[in-house]
Amino acid sequence: MLYLKKSDYQIILNHCRDHLPNEACGLIAGRLKDADKVIEKIYLMTNLDQSHEHFSMDPKEQLAAIKDMRANDYLPLGNFHSHPNTPSRPSEEDKRLAYDPTTDYLILSLMDKNKPVLKAFLIDKAKNITEELITII
Amino acid sequence: MFLLVAGDKKEVKDGLTVRELIESENIENPDYVTVAVNDDFVESETYGTRVLNENDNVEFLYFMGGGSR
Repeated sequence: MLYLKKSDYQIILNHCRDHLPNEACGLIAGRLKDADKVIEKIYLMTNLDQSHEHFSMDPKEQLAAIKDMRANDYLPLGNFHSHPNTPSRPSEEDKRLAYDPTTDYLILSLMDKNKPVLKAFLIDKAKNITEELITII
Repeated sequence: MFLLVAGDKKEVKDGLTVRELIESENIENPDYVTVAVNDDFVESETYGTRVLNENDNVEFLYFMGGGSR
């Protein structure tokens, strides 16, 4: 289970909406609580691709985020990106570029602009997908 | 000599290159990794010749990207 504060959900939603029609992206960090993951901080990142079908994070921003996580004793829990026009499920490109089976890949679909859908996925080495439930707190 | 690798202090041999560090750290999918030394990004073409120095601060950054297609 992944726990996400309502205010952080809003931060993700606003970031993704602000960058339409392009994809937006970011990192999530927090703490482990038994088998659960508690998201404590959202890092908004620049999509270097500036595309509605692709995203690449800026390594300079990644480096700054990692340092901040370390300074705050947060663990890197995963990342998020938006799908402006497609459902909340990992695309073939998402699966191909997923390298860490412990990372949560959050995808916010804005296909229906009035009904955003945020889901989290784990992707193993064989590219099997498991949805991880998100609880908004 | 000592390096700071992803926040951890590590003892390595003198004259270690970035490529040798990538190998010794068992970095998976090194083609998808960007290396920063003291906050400067190292060109991948120079991994084999870039020699690390005492107290260098090394970070490995995995490429993060994807898409909706």
